[in-house]
This record gives sequence, structure tokens and C-alpha cells, in this order.
Amino acid sequence: MFRNQYDTDVTTWSPAGRLFQVEYAMEAVKQGSVAIGLRSKTHIVLACVNKANSELSSHQRKIFKVDDHIGVAIAGLTADGRVLSRYMRSECINYGYTYESPLPVGRLVVQLADKAQVCTQRSWKRPYGVGLLVAGLDESGAHLYYNCPSGNYFEYQAFAIGSRSQAAKTYLERKFEKFTESSRDDLVKDALFAIRETLQGEKLTSHVCTVAVVGVGEAFNILDQETVQTLINEFEISGEEAPINESNVEQSGGDGDGAAPDQRGAAAEEGAAPMDI
Amino acid sequence: MPKEHANWSPYDNNGGTCVAIAGSDYCVIAADTRMSTGYSILTREYSKICKLADKSFMASSGFQADVKALQKVLSSRHLIYQHQHNKQMSCPAMAQLLSNTLYYKRFFPYYAFNVLGGLDSEGKGCVFTYDAVGSYERVGYSAQGSGATLITPFLDNQLKSPSPLLLPAKDAVTPLSETEAVDLVKTCFASATERDIYTGDSVEIIILNANGVRRETEQLRRD
Repeated sequence: MFRNQYDTDVTTWSPAGRLFQVEYAMEAVKQGSVAIGLRSKTHIVLACVNKANSELSSHQRKIFKVDDHIGVAIAGLTADGRVLSRYMRSECINYGYTYESPLPVGRLVVQLADKAQVCTQRSWKRPYGVGLLVAGLDESGAHLYYNCPSGNYFEYQAFAIGSRSQAAKTYLERKFEKFTESSRDDLVKDALFAIRETLQGEKLTSHVCTVAVVGVGEAFNILDQETVQTLINEFEISGEEAPINESNVEQSGGDGDGAAPDQRGAAAEEGAAPMDI
Repeated sequence: MPKEHANWSPYDNNGGTCVAIAGSDYCVIAADTRMSTGYSILTREYSKICKLADKSFMASSGFQADVKALQKVLSSRHLIYQHQHNKQMSCPAMAQLLSNTLYYKRFFPYYAFNVLGGLDSEGKGCVFTYDAVGSYERVGYSAQGSGATLITPFLDNQLKSPSPLLLPAKDAVTPLSETEAVDLVKTCFASATERDIYTGDSVEIIILNANGVRRETEQLRRD
């Protein structure tokens, strides 16, 4: 993506029919540290990598509880993510107050998407620079959604966003067919493995990542550091073993380029607007 | 021309009595379960007690529709607090919130007479008593509702410290043990039931202490 004369305003179309400001917002998501989500029939696991700016500072919180049955992991501008989490919490509380029942996840993501769309059609606003992985349980089952700054949203069996997320996506693509019937613990294990893939050889410890679970009979909760470290040790995924696939290293290397790495799936047409993912 | 008056009232009184007693390491919150309107009984099994937080229980008599709305507002506000602070509200904090919520509707009040009971941050029992518009005070014991005028003098006789000038209100936790306090509450309700037509059927008692929450029910006269 290069600088051009159509990218100053979100309300200016390019001749090719693209809104560059929105695409730049999606770039912000790709620059954030990784967040992944995966789901089975009864549980959803969210995990993210917590990189602190320096040894002196604390980690940024990237996973938020929205309600007992909904949680969200973010990648990109965490400040925008915090504001959107507050909005989601408020919507859940208001719905619960009026209807005395939990807000269906599908409804929440639509509201979120509509909110994001507004920012793509006002000259005095800018798109939110954060991607959200919304994990929730409602009467129709377990759901995992991805909300884009563009105002689009998609449902996924498993997904990863942020920098070096391609490595995690490759791992998930190999394993996702088994997720529906997975047990909760296997799902957490797969989440940790996927996180490990994105660390590119760096040691996986509970200091670097956060894991959260929501499922049938289990309210949304963030696992504490000790539990996560125990799981990492149990599954022996501290990263001291050889990576599962040598080819992962190549693909992870590709993510460092400026070219949109996340469109590898729809790779063929370079001109295709990335918002179509 | 004399002023016209409305031929309906937004309020109704559903009767009932609430009591709370604070101990050194426990708190007892109790309310009868009769809901009435006029001289009729609507139901014999209605709970007037609501858990607002892990260590805060509110018992309210008065107009139950307003009580329900008040409980919902406070529960929602507590959820917001938990999201923002990652912990439960303390009982004194909830007490202030209840007061502010009531005063917010100073010019169209919640017709609710509340007693808030729980454990403070030190684990000591605390009881807060309110009027309909949020005036409140921390006390060692309190009664509200239709039977309050019958129960309060009895509690004063049993619990009131000899000189209120020596002991400040927040130290006026009763020296009674937990079992003694629960028995006292049962006695209060049994007596109030005799003379107050709006109190009876059964009493729901919540006992809050360091080990958690316990619930007891005791049958009362149903006439």
C-alpha cells in the first residue's frame, strides 16, 4: 500500500473503489500483537501474546470480560479496544436489565459492526484501529466472531489476528476440523500451541501470554498465570522442542514484509480490496 | 374552583417488615414473605431480600414494583463497578450507592423502605437504614416496614447500648452471638405477626459471616 492522493479522508473513494483510510485501519490491526480464538461445540478459548514495551512497564490488557457469557480479545490500538469493550459491556447490561436474559452474541457483534461502519462514513471521525475476536455462548451454541475496523464481521471456527498471526492460522487450519468435538482442555492446549507458533522460537511462558475460556457451565474467565504455566509445562510446549513444521519458519518470515500477508488464502488477485476478507 | 386531584396513585403499599442486626463478625438480614394490597394477600411466598454483592444484602418493604426496579438498578451498577475495578463492592460503598440512587429520584421517589446488611471490609457486621429518599445511617440494628413500630422498641430494649454518647454508632454491633441474634429475630417476627396484619406467613432469614451465606425460613401465623 503506497501513499496516494485518495487516502487523506475516510470519505474519499479511490478510483478503484477502495477506502484507503479503512484499509490503513486494518493495517493497524495487523501491527498489533497476536490474538487467537478457537471454538468447539461447547467452549471457546481466547489467547493472546502480551508484549510489554520494555522490561520496566506492565503488559497491556488485551482480553476483556464483557459479560458472564461473552469475552473479547483485541489486536491493534488497545485504547480503541478498551472503549469498544466498555460499549459492549454497557449493551449487555442494558439488555440484561430490560429482558432479564443474556444478550445473544450474534446481536452484539452486529451492533458492534454497525458502530464501526459509522466511523467509515463520517468526515469528522476515523475508523477504530482495532480488530476484535468476540467469543460468546448463547442459546444457539458457542460462537467466535471477528469484527473488523471496516464494519464487517465473520464467524469462525478458529482465527488469529495481529502480527505473525499467519503462523497461528496455519496451525489452526491443520487442526480445526477436530475442534468441534474437542474437550475444553484440548482446546486450551491447541490455543497455547497456536500462540507458540507465533513466537518464532521464543520461549512460551505464562508471562508472555494470556488465556481465557468461556463455555457451557463455565462463565467467561481469564486463567491465572499459575494455571497457564502448569498447562504449558504439562503439554511441554515451552518452545524448547523443534517447531512442528520447518515450513512454518518460512511463512512466519513472510509476515515481516509490507505486502499484505493475510490475503494468502485469496492471494491470486492482488488488486482485490483487502476488506473482502 | 378547588383543585382537581388525580383519581389514581402511582404507588401502592405491599406491606411487610424487614429487620437487620449487625454482629461482631456476622450480620442477620430478615424479612417476612407476605405480599399484600389493601386488606388482601397477593402471595404468601415473596422474597423481599436481594443479594446486591457478595457481602451486601438489601431487604426492602413498601411498594414492591419500585423495590424490584431499585434492585435491578443497583445490580446493574454493581456489574459496571466489577468491570471497572475487578472486584466486588464493599458494603459501605454499596450503602452510599443506594443512598445516591434513592436521592436521584427525590422528586418522584422509590416507595421503598430499605435496610442494607452485610460485612464491612474488616469482616464486622454492618447495617444501614434508609428512608425513601436516601437519608441513611450506619446502625447496629434496624427495622423497616409495617411492623417496624412494633419491633424497634423491642430491639431497643434488647440491644441498645446504655449510653449512646459513649459508644459511637459504628461500634454498636451487638454483643450477641450469631445463634442468639437469629433467635431474637425470630422472636421479633413472631411478635410483630400477632398485631400487624400485614406481617406473617413466613420469615426469610439470611445470615452472613466469614464462612459465607446461610438461609433459614421459619413459618409464621398465616392469619
